[in-house]
Amino acid sequence: MSARIRLWGGFAVAAVLLFVVAPGALSDFRLNLLAKFLCLAMVAVGIGLAWGRGGMLTLGQGVFFGLGGYLMAMHLKLADAGPGGVPDFMLLYGDGTVPGWWEPFRDPVVTVVAILVVPTGLAALLGLAVFKRRVRGAYFAILSQALAAAFAILLIGQQKVTGGTNGLNGFKSFFGFTLSDPVNKRMLYFIAAGVLLVMVAVTRLLMRSRWGELLVAVRDQENRVRFLGYDPAGVKVVAYATAACFAAIGGALFTPIVGIISPADVGVVPSIAFLVGVAIGGRATLLGPVLGAIAVSWAETSLSEQFPSFWTYFQGALFIGVVAFLPNGLATLGQVWRRRRAGPGTPDDESGGPDDGTPRSDPHDEQEHDPADSLTGRTA
Amino acid sequence: MDALVSQLFAGLSLGSVLLLAALGLALTFGQMGVINMAHGEFMMAGAYTAYVVQGIVADAGVSLLVSLVVGFLVGGLLGLLLEVTLISRMYRRPLDTLLVTFGVALVLQQAARDVFGAPNVDVRAPTWLSGAVQVLGVGVPKTRLFILALAAVCLAALALVLKLTPLGRRIRATVQNRDLAETSGISTRGTDRLTFFIGSGVAGVAGVALTLLGSIGPTLGTSYIVDAFLVVVVGGIGQLKGAAIAALALGLLQATFEYSTTASIAKVLVFVVIVAFLQVRPQGLVSVRSRSLA
Amino acid sequence: MRALALPAAAALALGLAACGARTADEPEAGGTGTASGSSCVDTSGDSIKIGFLNSLSGTMAISEQTVRDSLDMAAEEINAAGGVLGKQLDVVAEDGASEPTVFAEKAEKLISSDCVAAVFGGWTSSSRKAMLPVFESKNSLLFYPVQYEGLEASKNIFYTGATTNQQIIPAMDYLKEQGKKKVFLVGSDYVFPRTANKEIVAYAKANGIEIVGEEYAPLGHTDFSTIVTKLKGSGADAVFNTLNGDSNVAFFKEYKNVGLAADTLPVVSVSIAEEEVGGIGVDNVAGQLTAWNYYQTVDSPANEKFVAAFKAKYGADRVTSDPMEAAYTSLYLWKGMVEKAKSFDVAAVQEAAGGVSFDAPEGTVTVNGENHHIAKTALIGKIGPDGLIYTEWSSKEPIEPDPFLEGYDWAADLS
Repeated sequence: MSARIRLWGGFAVAAVLLFVVAPGALSDFRLNLLAKFLCLAMVAVGIGLAWGRGGMLTLGQGVFFGLGGYLMAMHLKLADAGPGGVPDFMLLYGDGTVPGWWEPFRDPVVTVVAILVVPTGLAALLGLAVFKRRVRGAYFAILSQALAAAFAILLIGQQKVTGGTNGLNGFKSFFGFTLSDPVNKRMLYFIAAGVLLVMVAVTRLLMRSRWGELLVAVRDQENRVRFLGYDPAGVKVVAYATAACFAAIGGALFTPIVGIISPADVGVVPSIAFLVGVAIGGRATLLGPVLGAIAVSWAETSLSEQFPSFWTYFQGALFIGVVAFLPNGLATLGQVWRRRRAGPGTPDDESGGPDDGTPRSDPHDEQEHDPADSLTGRTA
Repeated sequence: MDALVSQLFAGLSLGSVLLLAALGLALTFGQMGVINMAHGEFMMAGAYTAYVVQGIVADAGVSLLVSLVVGFLVGGLLGLLLEVTLISRMYRRPLDTLLVTFGVALVLQQAARDVFGAPNVDVRAPTWLSGAVQVLGVGVPKTRLFILALAAVCLAALALVLKLTPLGRRIRATVQNRDLAETSGISTRGTDRLTFFIGSGVAGVAGVALTLLGSIGPTLGTSYIVDAFLVVVVGGIGQLKGAAIAALALGLLQATFEYSTTASIAKVLVFVVIVAFLQVRPQGLVSVRSRSLA
Repeated sequence: MRALALPAAAALALGLAACGARTADEPEAGGTGTASGSSCVDTSGDSIKIGFLNSLSGTMAISEQTVRDSLDMAAEEINAAGGVLGKQLDVVAEDGASEPTVFAEKAEKLISSDCVAAVFGGWTSSSRKAMLPVFESKNSLLFYPVQYEGLEASKNIFYTGATTNQQIIPAMDYLKEQGKKKVFLVGSDYVFPRTANKEIVAYAKANGIEIVGEEYAPLGHTDFSTIVTKLKGSGADAVFNTLNGDSNVAFFKEYKNVGLAADTLPVVSVSIAEEEVGGIGVDNVAGQLTAWNYYQTVDSPANEKFVAAFKAKYGADRVTSDPMEAAYTSLYLWKGMVEKAKSFDVAAVQEAAGGVSFDAPEGTVTVNGENHHIAKTALIGKIGPDGLIYTEWSSKEPIEPDPFLEGYDWAADLS
């Protein structure tokens, strides 16, 4: 019962903070920044699910974030150009015609459906290909990273249709609303905040479901799950596709809020940067990734204003410190401390997040104890 | 015909660069399972070593040879430091080492920026490496031949160390069965450290070699790290042979695609080929048989 | 589970309600399309805020730090000489972190939160393109100091670097004058090279020059053996190089190693300035050509003073380059505009801009009131063995900026 009250209370507090306190306390500029951080937090929620609960370290979320962002940007550019019009950058860099595969995105409904379906579908396909072959662990991480690298190169190389390194920017309206109007910027913030709350709620439902239990089981002992008659690949694909879907929605909202989407937001480095907040907040917890992502983005913006080179050191140190010494993030700081205080007799086993309450083994001691195999992390 | 030969050579040469970058990884990642994202920064450190050494030893030829040795030591010591302070705590968490070493990479890059200043620096190539020699009627730059030879030497040396020396036996034993190795009296901790030292040292050597081809900047390593990891993944874990074949194959593939399309498209195509290949052989080209599941 | 669906639904409803309320008042506000209100620039005190926005971290920090240095120097000089309209300059410095998104964000911060009168900075085309909508919607001013690909003229941006008809077209004129018939194009894969090459191809077509190859390498690409193989086999008698940054080093080393040389197959570069020569290695590029509007070796009293002041402030081993000079000049041009308008107001400055001129290190430059670019003299230079660049050919007098190439018949279908 008390857990339920805590949950209700938590949502109420979050809603009040996001919908009442923040808009009242922050200037338009800061509120828009917060909206941007909320978009990044959406990516983090998905990573928390795939990585924290599912053990899949995705170093390529920038791809899905970028797909969502670019799909949205294509629609905004076409809408600005008017019916039958050609976006400005195509006149500059291309041959002045709109390629056929751009045309469907003139329609707002098609765009929204595509944002929800295309990245999710792509992730599902990739996931099926990769997880069915039992590629996992480090291999999956490296492949997803290479995917991000290839995606960024492809975007840059196709300047005529993607805007190249410039990316797509200079949007005037968002589904008929002028973007330069602060009222509409505020509306975008509310949309982002609402979407993020829904995502957290959905994630909570998923985590608490049978599937959520299975996902954790697959992370900790994939083979045992398989012997019990489940299909680990299927479980993982769902988590990966959900994470991709969240990232795409985050990207789609990021585009109008920030006013630009470019290859610099989707490549290898931004993809890894998405992980910092998740790691710091607590990868396997519900709220850790969200709070971590917002805190890190906020710290980056305010610290880099004063000390640009210091920020890089700080970011590096955060990675090292948190991941090496506090693998479950700051969300578990209290637990670690309590355990330390409880005395040396208790093993320091880095147990799971506070919400699931079940102790478990180290999240990334993934597979069998045969060293050669647990190193390679995939089948021989 | 000329174009074919020179493209063949371009592919081999690119492959040899990839091999140099990936050899150290084949040891640390392939043998030990440590995903060291700072490997590229060890290469960067090697490259800056060449720059510093040339500041002390004026003669370009001597300084190159000295740099190869010093670069190995610098890379190796950095690796050893990393192993002792951080990686040794996290052998059971390979994915977390990836993130931690990424943090280390960020710090090293910024440190290079602060120590050596923002602009890139240059290392002069010795005169005996300037110009080209004629091979099969095609002018081939001597620097590229040098790197090809260096990659071959490094590969052979590592293979011999692994195969013949007592150290090599200890490394192989630790990789194949850590518990049994330990019970047999092998200091697996010491072996880990030495393996990491050698692997990182090779990265330093690769960095020195790269100064012959390009400039030296803080981000030198980042442009190679993804490709190098792909080489090891394609090559298969635990075998240098696999890495060597994979590096040359990827080099040839990249050069061929690049010749018929553009450099950007070629990179994307190579990636597609790799994913398709891993569908067929998820264990890579060459793999160690083990009785484990999964 | 059911217990959870409820709060979720509540949160969703709350979210929609909040948005809905906003959407309802939206039509009047959104419909009028009012920009974000009047400027918040504070002109009451004895100082005035201006913003410097350059990348101090990330890949572009190498180049942009030098621009920041010369901007700082210009601000100090102006303050020492009494400021602008009697007000001391109060510089708010920001880091663009080499990312377009960050440039857009920081530009908005400088305008809306810090309330600066004008912003100086930007380097890459993508950073400028990202900032442009911000400056237009907030109606503020950006001074952009780097040569670029043209085809742009915003009333909120002053372009103090060269546009194409002040750099690329003169370079092509020069090659034509030298009797070059077959040109090979090599560039990094991004906006500036692709757009520049589009213009070069059109120029070549109209002037009887054959383009024998057009190759792009991804940014940061370091293996040029294939591209140089293509170059060697193309029969070119000149190379037009729009490569960026590190790639230049790899390209020139490869070029030299396969036995190509400047006297038989010269390379004209538009992104290599004095700063970059050291990193590429003087040995690798000595004798090659560059196209700019300023070199450290330019012989003028204003330049002598500029170079001496720069070396005194930052060290004798530092060099000065075109973008640095353009940035330095931009601050003085803004000062000139403000003093002519007798106001810091954006509209007044825009009004006054046309005809403002400054005795810059590169020579006298004059602002074009129509397109907000400045008239500059084109200089083709040769890289000397000492790493400095010496003028080889000059357009003699300043060329009027023509960003859309309207004065060139062959460029009719470019934009």
